[in-house]
Amino acid sequence: MAVPQRPSLDGAPAEPTADSERIPLAKRLEIYRSMVLMRQAEQRANDLFLQNLVKGTSHLSLGQEAIAAAAAAAMRPGDLSFCTYRGHAHTLARGVPVEKVLGELMGRDNGLMRGKGGSMHLTSVEHGVMGSYAIVGAHLPIACGAAWRAQYKGASDVSVCFFGDGTTNIGAFHEALNFAACMKLPVVFVCENNLYMEYTPIAEVIPVEHPAADRASAYGLERIVIDGNDADVVYETLSHAYARARNGDGPSLIEAMTYRYSGHSRADPAKYRPAGELERWKERDPLNIYRRRLEGSGVKAAALDAIESDVRTIVDAATKACQNAPFTSTDVLFTDVYADGGCAWRN
Amino acid sequence: MAELTYREAVARGIAQEMARDDNVVFLGEDVAKAGGVFKATDGLLEQFGPKRVLDTPISEQAILGAAMGAAMTGLRPIAEIMFADFIAVCYDYIANEFPKTRYMTNGQVTLPLVVRCGNGGGARFGAQHSQSIENWCMQFPGLKVVAPSSPLDVIGLLAAAVRDPNPVVFLEHKSLYSTKGEVPDGEIVDMLGTARTLRAGTDATLLALGMMVPRTLQAAEILHTEHGINCEVIDVRSLVPLDTQCMLGSIARTGRVFTVEENPRQLGWGAEIASIIADEAFYDLDGPVIRITAPNIPLPAADALEDLTIPSVSRIADTIRRALAA
Amino acid sequence: MNVLMPQLGETVAEGTIIRWAKSVGDRVEAGELLFEIETDKTAMDVPALAAGTLAAIHADAGQSVEVGSVVAVIDDATAAGVAPESSSEAHSALPTATESTQDATIDPFHGVRTPMRDYGKAMTARGVKITPLARRLAAEDGIDPSDLQGSGPNGRIVAADVGRAGTAGVKAEPDGDGIREIYAGVPLRELPLDAMRKTIARRLTASKQNVPHFYLTAHLNVDALFELRRQINAASGHKVSLNDLIVKAYALALREVAAANVAWAGDRLLQFERVDVGVAVAIAGGLVTPIVRDAGVKSLLELSTELAELIARARGRRLQPAEYTGGAGSVSNLGMYGVSAFQAIVNPPQATILAVGAAERRAIETSDGSLRAATMMTISLSVDHRAVDGAVGAELLAALRTCIESPYSLVV
Repeated sequence: MAVPQRPSLDGAPAEPTADSERIPLAKRLEIYRSMVLMRQAEQRANDLFLQNLVKGTSHLSLGQEAIAAAAAAAMRPGDLSFCTYRGHAHTLARGVPVEKVLGELMGRDNGLMRGKGGSMHLTSVEHGVMGSYAIVGAHLPIACGAAWRAQYKGASDVSVCFFGDGTTNIGAFHEALNFAACMKLPVVFVCENNLYMEYTPIAEVIPVEHPAADRASAYGLERIVIDGNDADVVYETLSHAYARARNGDGPSLIEAMTYRYSGHSRADPAKYRPAGELERWKERDPLNIYRRRLEGSGVKAAALDAIESDVRTIVDAATKACQNAPFTSTDVLFTDVYADGGCAWRN
Repeated sequence: MAELTYREAVARGIAQEMARDDNVVFLGEDVAKAGGVFKATDGLLEQFGPKRVLDTPISEQAILGAAMGAAMTGLRPIAEIMFADFIAVCYDYIANEFPKTRYMTNGQVTLPLVVRCGNGGGARFGAQHSQSIENWCMQFPGLKVVAPSSPLDVIGLLAAAVRDPNPVVFLEHKSLYSTKGEVPDGEIVDMLGTARTLRAGTDATLLALGMMVPRTLQAAEILHTEHGINCEVIDVRSLVPLDTQCMLGSIARTGRVFTVEENPRQLGWGAEIASIIADEAFYDLDGPVIRITAPNIPLPAADALEDLTIPSVSRIADTIRRALAA
Repeated sequence: MNVLMPQLGETVAEGTIIRWAKSVGDRVEAGELLFEIETDKTAMDVPALAAGTLAAIHADAGQSVEVGSVVAVIDDATAAGVAPESSSEAHSALPTATESTQDATIDPFHGVRTPMRDYGKAMTARGVKITPLARRLAAEDGIDPSDLQGSGPNGRIVAADVGRAGTAGVKAEPDGDGIREIYAGVPLRELPLDAMRKTIARRLTASKQNVPHFYLTAHLNVDALFELRRQINAASGHKVSLNDLIVKAYALALREVAAANVAWAGDRLLQFERVDVGVAVAIAGGLVTPIVRDAGVKSLLELSTELAELIARARGRRLQPAEYTGGAGSVSNLGMYGVSAFQAIVNPPQATILAVGAAERRAIETSDGSLRAATMMTISLSVDHRAVDGAVGAELLAALRTCIESPYSLVV
C-alpha cells in the first residue's frame, strides 16, 4: 500500500490523505464517540487522582486517542488486542464499560479485576482485551503466541499489539518481530511514537530517525509511518494491515506519530519538554481534527454535542457508582492464584 | 514393561500428550530437526510435523512469550529452554508474567503451559550451564515446579504437568539423561504435588531431589550396611505443590531430617522445607534439621573441582553418620 | 467423566481405596476431596477433577484395583468450562493433588500450621539442654526431664534418654545379641525396631510398672444394641458400626460418672469438663489411639463420621500428634477377632481403658426360669487405682451396662 504522508515532527498541521469518504459514516461516528469517551474518562481519572481516590500511579492517554479508537474500530469481534500499562484508552476502545475501568483504578469491588490488577494490567478476555502489560516489551512475544495459535488452528482472528517508542529498544521487541516475520504470523504491531521514552526524548536513544519504522527492514517488513492523530488515517492503515494478516501475508509494523499531553505517569510533570511543544501539538488535537472533519462531511454540530454530553452523563454515572462502590473485600485476597481458584501451594 | 533411558522417557512423555490432544504443541531451539541438543526430543518432528514441533530462533523471551500467548488463547504449549540457566534470560516470564497473570486478572486468564529445561550439573559444562535452579522458580506464587529423578517419573509428571491448567516448570536433570529405568507400557499419568518414599527407614528422613536422589539412595545403603543406620529416603519430586504431609509424617516417625540439595547453600529449596519442619514438626525433632548442599560458590568447570562441589555419595553418607553419632 | 485409579509408584500396579468422601448422588466440586487411596508406601487424597454429580462408584472402600481402572463416574454435564479445550473423556486428565481437606486449615496469612503445644523449656533447671522430641516424650510419659541424664551431644537429653528413664527401677532391657544367640541356628528374620515399636514398648512397660491396675468385668446383653444399630443403619445412608455405639456409650458413662473422667498427673488429678475418648486402631506394624474430642455431646452420626475419618488417617499414618494425645479413657475392641474377653493396659495419663470382646450367642436364664439364647458381650474395664477407686470404677461399669443394654440413650 502507499505510505501515507508523514507529518513533520514539530507538530505542524498536515493535510489528511486518507479518503475519509470511503469509511462509512456510522463507523466514523463510532470512532469519534470512542475518542470522546477516552478523553473524558482520562480527564476524570486525573481528577480522581488529584482527589486521592485513584492511588498508586497511572499512565494517561490524553492526546493519543485516535490510535486506540480507530485501531479498535477497524477490528472484528474475536480479534485480540494487547497493550501497555498506558492502556485505559485501549481497554475502553474495545467496549469495556468505563465504570469497570474507573472502579479498577479506584481499587473498588466493581473494578474490572476487582482491584487485584490495577491500572497497569487492565484485562477483559470477554472483550478481547488480552492484557495490559507493565513490563516494557513483554507482550510483544505474547501477541506472537496468540497469533501462532490462530495460524495453527486456521482461525481468522488477528492479534494487535500496541506499544510505545521506547519499547523498540528492548530485546523482546526484536525477538518478537523476528519470530513473527519468520513465521508470517497474523499479528499487527502498532508503535505509538509520542516522542518520549519516559523522561528522555526518543531521538536521543536511537541511531535512526524513526524508532519502529526504521527497524522494519531488519525484519523484512515495510516501513510505515503515519499521522497517529488522524483517526481516518489510522483506521485505513490498520484495516489494510489486518487484512494482510488474515490473508496469511504475515505481520506489519506501523509507527503512528502522536503526542501525550500529560507526563509519562502521575509522578511526572513533564518539565523536560521544550517550551511551546505541547501547545503546537494541541493544535493537532485528534478530537478537534476529527470533529472539524465530521462537520465538514455534513454532520450537525448538535449531533456531535449530543455525543459529548451523552458520554459525560455516562462518565459521571460511572464515577458516582465507583465512589459508592465498596472497596474490594478480603474474600478475593487469596483467590485465583492457581487455576483451582485458591492459593494453596503445599498440603 | 520396557527399560527406557531418561531421555527416551522425555520424548515418550511429550509424544504421549501430543498424541492425546491436538492442542499440545512444542517449541524450542533445535528441538525439531535435530531432536534436541540432548537428543531428548528425537522423533517428535517426524511423528507430529513442523506445525506442532517448532524450531525457534535463539530467542528465549520469544519462546516463553509465545508459549504464554498460545496458552492464554487455547493451546497447551510445551516450551523448551535448553539449559535451565537460560531461564535468567527470559526471567520476566517466569517471575512476572506466568505466575501473576491469573491473579491480576481475577481469574480471567488460564495458562496451561509447561516449560521444560535441562537442569543441574555433573557434566563439566561450567558455572553458567550447570546450575540447579529450582529455587529460582519456587519463589513465585502462581507457578508450579517439578523435578523428576527417574524415567517413569519423567513421563508421569510431564503428563500431569501438561494436563495441569497452571504454568509448570519441569526440570529435567542433564546428567540423568542416560540413566535407565523400568517403564510400563501404555499411558502413564502421575500427580503433581506428591513426593515418593523410595526407601523405608527408622533413624532419619532424607529429602532429595533430581540427581541427588540416586546419590542419597546409595548413601542410605552404605549407612545401613556399614553403620547400621537405617534411613528413610523421600524423593521430593514436586516443590510446588509441596507434599509436606509425606515429609512431616516421615519425620514424626524418625525424629531426624536431612535435605540433600545440588544447589549452593544460600536459599536453596531445602531452606523453605527446613523452615516448615522447624515450625510444624518442632516437637518431633530429636536434633537439628541439617541441609547437605553444594558450598556457596559458583560451580567450577574442571571435573575434579565439580565433583568436590556437588554433594557426593560419600559426603552425604559421612555428614549423616557424623550427625547421628554425635 | 471416568475417575481412574491413579498411578502412585513405579512398581505399583494396584491401589487400595481407603474410603470414599462422597456417596453416589452427591454433588462434587472440582478440587474437592473425592476418595483416599493407599499403596504399601504412601497414602493419598484424590480430588475430583470436574464438578458434577457422583453418578456411580465401581470400587468400594477396602477394594484393591488396578492402576488406571475406572473406580467411579462423575456426571459433569453441569460442569462449567473455563479452561481451554482439553482432551476426550477416554483419557480424562488426572487432577493435581494440590488440595486435600487439610488445606482448609492452613491460615494463608500465616502459611504454616504451627501446632499450639508447649512442652516446656529447652533447658532443664540444672542447665542441661533437651531436644524438642525428648521434651514431648517426657511430658507424655509424666517424667520430669530435670532428673534425666543426657547421652546426646554436649550432654543433651535426647529421646532415647527419656525411654530409659521410663523403665528405670527395673532390670535393663535384655541384651539383643545375647537373646539372638539363644536362637542361634533357628531360621528367623531380624526386624529392626521402628520409632512406633520403641514407643509402644517404652510406654506400655512404664504403664505396667507404674500404674496400679485393677480390672472389672461384666457380661452385657447386646440384643437391644444390635437391634438399635440395625434400625439406625436401615434408616440412614451412613453405616454406624458396633464400635461407634460402644464409644458413644463409654463417653456417656464417663459423663455420668464424672469421678472416672480424670487423668493422673502425678501431683494432682485432672478432672475433665468434657469427655475425650481414645479409640485403639490397629495399623500396619503397630497401633495408635486417635482421640475423639468432646464425644459426650456429639451425636452418634457425628461421632461415627469423625471416627471413620480418624481411623482412615491413622491407617495411613497421617495423624498429627495432637490427635492422639490426651483423653480420659480409651476403647480397645478385639471382638472382630473372636476374642471373648481380655484386659487392656491403661494408657497413662488416662485413668481407664475399656476392653471389648466379641458378641456371642450364649444361653441366659429368663425371668420365668427358662433358658433362651441372647447375644452377649464381655467387657472389661482396666482402672488406674491412683486416680479411680473400686466403687467409682464399678459405678462406671454400671453406667456402661445401662447405656449398652438400654441403648436408646445413645441416640438422644
